Amino acid sequence: MKLVCPAGSLPALTEAVNNGADAVYIGFRDATNARAFPGLNFSDRDIDKGLAHARSRGCQVYVALNTYPTSDRLDQWYSAVDRAADLGVDTLIIAEMAVLDYAARKHPQIRRHLSVQGSATTAAALKFYHEQFGISRAVLPRVLAIQQVEALAEKSPIELEVFAFGSLCIMVEGRCQLSSYVTGKSPNLAGVCSPAEYVAWDETPEGKTARLNGVLIDRFADNEPAGYPVVCKGRYQVGDETFHALEEPTSLNTLELLPRLREIGISAVKIEGRQRSPAYVGTVTRIWREAIDRVERDPDAFTTEAEWQRELTRLSEGSQVTLGPYQRAWQ
Amino acid sequence: MKLSLGALQYFWPRDKTLAFYESAAGLDVDIIYLGETVCSKRRELRLPDWIALARDLQSAGHEVLLSTLTLIEAASELSTCKRIVENGDFAIEAGDVSAVELCRERGLPFATGPGVNIYNHRALAILQQAGLFRMTVPVELGREHIRNLCSAEDNAQSARPEIELLAYGRVPLAHSARCFTARAVGRGKDQCGFECIHYPYGQPIATREDQPFLNMNGIQTQSAAVTDLSPWVGELCEEPVDILRIYPQEEPVEEVVARFRSALAGEDVVAAAESVSGYWQGRAGAH
Repeated sequence: MKLVCPAGSLPALTEAVNNGADAVYIGFRDATNARAFPGLNFSDRDIDKGLAHARSRGCQVYVALNTYPTSDRLDQWYSAVDRAADLGVDTLIIAEMAVLDYAARKHPQIRRHLSVQGSATTAAALKFYHEQFGISRAVLPRVLAIQQVEALAEKSPIELEVFAFGSLCIMVEGRCQLSSYVTGKSPNLAGVCSPAEYVAWDETPEGKTARLNGVLIDRFADNEPAGYPVVCKGRYQVGDETFHALEEPTSLNTLELLPRLREIGISAVKIEGRQRSPAYVGTVTRIWREAIDRVERDPDAFTTEAEWQRELTRLSEGSQVTLGPYQRAWQ
Repeated sequence: MKLSLGALQYFWPRDKTLAFYESAAGLDVDIIYLGETVCSKRRELRLPDWIALARDLQSAGHEVLLSTLTLIEAASELSTCKRIVENGDFAIEAGDVSAVELCRERGLPFATGPGVNIYNHRALAILQQAGLFRMTVPVELGREHIRNLCSAEDNAQSARPEIELLAYGRVPLAHSARCFTARAVGRGKDQCGFECIHYPYGQPIATREDQPFLNMNGIQTQSAAVTDLSPWVGELCEEPVDILRIYPQEEPVEEVVARFRSALAGEDVVAAAESVSGYWQGRAGAH
């Protein structure tokens, strides 16, 4: 089972590689990837350095081109595919059909993975992307229970990668318009969710408020941790109640599912967090490396370390973790 | 310009659904989409019931398509989707790429719903090769995007497929593994007790300042505001848009259709109160 780790910058890439990632995934500094945040991502020079360092340690480099170009911008995405090919990366992570098609025709020798943003949740959808564009792996959206992942793995014509740890998108990826509805900027079109330039914090007599493009996402009492105002993790009124109507600030942590994921033939586990610090990437990579090595050595005897879970929880949103949709009760 | 009635997004008791579509037979729309697109647990009507309704509505002069789920998770849901695709009589509105593939491998023509991401003319051409004859525009794409998509498409060799646009109704914004309606009363999806049947138009989510914001509809999250493009019908007729989609909401659907017909006849009309048109105008959807 491969460990796929996020790298939003060269220092993060170095941390991931040095702590045992089998692959790192990166993006260019533009809207062609779903973490198009200011100050993140790679220039060609950084990529050259990163590639050299990754190669020296036997780690692969994936490039995420996982947003949706409109017709007038297609050339920019095609150029990004060419650029990744010229740089000699190992794999392209792509969400959109025109980009997949271009990559398959122009650079067939580079592996193509279907991004989670491609939103494929069934054997039929995987077959479509496999037959049309020759993808060799798909990243599954975070909507399947572990039993459903297992059933899909039995039928899948290609390798499957699942999310293992990190911030939890609770809506099926690639088809969530909550950020777009409020700000006009979406993961699909702009590569961002609830972008920072639309966020406003204010101290008020009722508490600290967090707004997104003017919409009150949450208000916090003095002793409450104030989470970043993404739409799906705000507190709202439903009937007479005020609560996290969609989801609480929490992160996904599937460490305890590792033996099962391995048994059902999942090829790779993915760590979320290109927007997180190098220290975060280093720590999370180290823990998952140790856990995967342990499960590969003796899957039946696998147990998680209390220390691992403590560290991972500390690094999580709102210091909370969940098995999320993998566990039916969450749904 | 044609008008269509999009599939009912909410869970209604059987009799209410049947009565709604009985009166829809007389509705002045060209196309009617039928079926459950949100949650597979909603089974007041089974596939044979939907097909019987489809026959009745077709006899009444409407083009009828069967719509499939937007988010398919279980193998059983994929089997249901397969049965819908293989109905033998009615074309399919694919809710996701699974349904696209099931149609493609059987050589069946299909339309796509707002849950299939087609953002450019190349993707449209690829799907047209696979059997697509009509697409509904993804909800976040506005006038400029549609123009781009079609002007590029016009340069391609094959004829442009029909373009359908959500012109009236709450916007389907997101779908999840989680049922929010059940969770709001402390239950999981597996123990939902069909809670959503108590909310014929979903359950409002307001901000802590009482501003209407979103709308809970089981696993689906909609906008609280209704999109209403009726005042822009004149403009829409100038654009590469062939079909305007109307979703059933609180406002009687006959009145909505009548408003769009008036607008199509060149009359000035006023949009529904509190409605929005942000996506069409190229802004945030909520504005």
